[in-house]
Amino acid sequence: MVDYDVETETLVYERPDSLTDVSTHYCPGCTHGTAHRLIAEVLDEMQLKANTIGVASVGCSVFAYNYFDFDFVQSPHGRAPALATGIKRVLPNRTVFTYQGDGDMASIGMGEIVHAAARGENITVFFINNTNYGMTGGQMAPTTLPGQKTTSSPNGRDVESQGYPIRVAELISQLDGASYVVRRSLNDPKNIRQAKKAIRTAFEVQQRGLGFSMIEFLSICPTNWGMTPVSALKWLEEKMITYYPLGDYKVHPAIAEIKF
Amino acid sequence: MVREMMKGNEAVAEAAIRAGVAAYFGYPITPQTELLEYMAKRMPELGRAFVQAESELGAINMVYGAACTGQRVMSSSSSPGVSLMMEGISYISGTELPAVLVDVMRGGPGLGNIAPAQGDYNQIVHGGGHGEYHAIVLAPASVQESVDLTVTAFDLAEKYRSVVVILTDGSIGQMMEPCEMPPFKPMKTVFPEWATNGAEGRGKRVLTSINLDPAAQEVTNFRLMRRWQEIEASEVKYKTYYMEDAKFAVTGFGSCGRLALSAVRAARAEGIKVGLIRPITVSPFPVKLFEELSHKLDALLVVEMNNGQMLEDVLLATRHQIPVEFYGRMGGVVPFPDEVLDEIRRVSKGSLDTIGHPRDRWLKRMAQKDL
Amino acid sequence: MPVKGRITVSEVYCKGCELCVSACPQQVLGLASDHITAKGYHPASLIAEGCTGCGICSTVCPEAAITVYREKIVTNRIPA
Repeated sequence: MVDYDVETETLVYERPDSLTDVSTHYCPGCTHGTAHRLIAEVLDEMQLKANTIGVASVGCSVFAYNYFDFDFVQSPHGRAPALATGIKRVLPNRTVFTYQGDGDMASIGMGEIVHAAARGENITVFFINNTNYGMTGGQMAPTTLPGQKTTSSPNGRDVESQGYPIRVAELISQLDGASYVVRRSLNDPKNIRQAKKAIRTAFEVQQRGLGFSMIEFLSICPTNWGMTPVSALKWLEEKMITYYPLGDYKVHPAIAEIKF
Repeated sequence: MVREMMKGNEAVAEAAIRAGVAAYFGYPITPQTELLEYMAKRMPELGRAFVQAESELGAINMVYGAACTGQRVMSSSSSPGVSLMMEGISYISGTELPAVLVDVMRGGPGLGNIAPAQGDYNQIVHGGGHGEYHAIVLAPASVQESVDLTVTAFDLAEKYRSVVVILTDGSIGQMMEPCEMPPFKPMKTVFPEWATNGAEGRGKRVLTSINLDPAAQEVTNFRLMRRWQEIEASEVKYKTYYMEDAKFAVTGFGSCGRLALSAVRAARAEGIKVGLIRPITVSPFPVKLFEELSHKLDALLVVEMNNGQMLEDVLLATRHQIPVEFYGRMGGVVPFPDEVLDEIRRVSKGSLDTIGHPRDRWLKRMAQKDL
Repeated sequence: MPVKGRITVSEVYCKGCELCVSACPQQVLGLASDHITAKGYHPASLIAEGCTGCGICSTVCPEAAITVYREKIVTNRIPA
């Protein structure tokens, strides 16, 4: 009997299949890419790629349809939850999600998201909160923090004349039609793993017909914040998480049964 | 062969259901709310999709999403609500998707009132949404015609990957007339090769109206224009009455075409040789027909429930070869056939102005009536 | 003996954002200063021994540019 040791290599991680082979146009370090990657990983794990229809919105992620390898439609600014409603109502057994930013969802699209959630549409909504309007050059968003400087609040957001930020996860969680509404962050490995779990839960909620699911991802915008990606993560940790606490804001009781 | 008394709005809804509409998304607005309410009851009965959206904005975008799947989809609204749909119509057109929309016009502009009007002609026929697109626009004048044109609308929408608008008004929406329903079409089971309905067994598809490269956008624009030329060449529809020996003619669409017919009949009884042209497609407009008639007729009288919108298309088509007169009522006021008969008598007397714009002459005449 | 690992970084996707450099617990990643990608970025790469194949770099990478391998010592037994 002879023992011998063989060194083999196992693959620990490779690029998910649900992403196309296209290099994104996102800025270096932009966590849009991280969110895309996590969504793709989950769809791979659940083998839902061919079943999924994504709804791209208007913002930096307007070309999201170039980065995912499944059917996608383009929505006008803010209307993605309405398009998703239209698709899911005629194709109830497909996996339908929207992917939206601060302006798209919380400003121009506020009516559509509130009502899609209130109606309990069986869709999943991914909300990227980076406290500004990225694509158009860094203007104030409904999620811009008090005192935060943007190109349309050059002296810092003045709550007297420019109002207060909107906490979207909390707002949507108030609606009886919403089943799973959580806030996660993409700033460090632990939070990224939690974010991925939330994406998995959200798609499981949709698969089981348990209603409306939404994940708000605290994200960075190094370019418009004028920071390096690594320092942008620090700003997120220090400033955003205190204003936008991470957590589960609405969890339908049936979700506790979900095991994966 | 059964004819039933049905309200216009409800007849359109049932006709759409017979035509195989898979999804209806709408919002209440007078005078078309009955269409929404009828759908609210019937669509779930048949296992089809119905959503009362948060607004007309929501509704048209739900239509947009559902249209991406290749299914037959529709919405309906009235003037102020249709204004909210303009963005969606532009996007749907830019993405080259089939969709049917019903506009039951009312008095405006602004909130206006709930009485019948035709003031949306420009908005619907000449764009209203941004960019270069044309909707096919059908103008019924009776409940039966509304039913028939609803079925046609879905076929045209699919044939040309186009938005098709059924342009009616509050009176046609509200009136009850006997009508016969078409037979039930089976629901679609085969979908177009552009439909984004989940990529089982095929590569991914993307539906978007974005073309960042202007050269690529222009390719789309030219395609849309060439398709429009095809539609202009093949899909014009109109009806003519008493034209064989007509010296001049009245023209109007929808309710105005219908009430003008009463006036034309009364005029004929008085011995006036007048005919009637009722465009059924106001887009594509029957340009050739009016061009030909401009060589045969002595004059045209355009009658509308607006400030002279189809009037401009008639002027364009006739190229000022013959005098064109205009009679209009606005704000939800529906003219009586008597008013049109008076106009027919006036026009038949001849010595018509050809200088200046018929609208200005109309405004002057109306001022004499304290209007 | 600590597990050995290896990563490869695709120069098609890497944008030199340094999130992986900052996150690597073994601090064996850095930007390659001697060359640039087609888009003009200095790509991340292993700059020292000690990668354990933990995968944290691939967890934080926004571009899914990193492939991670881990060594396994498998003991095989051959019957005499």
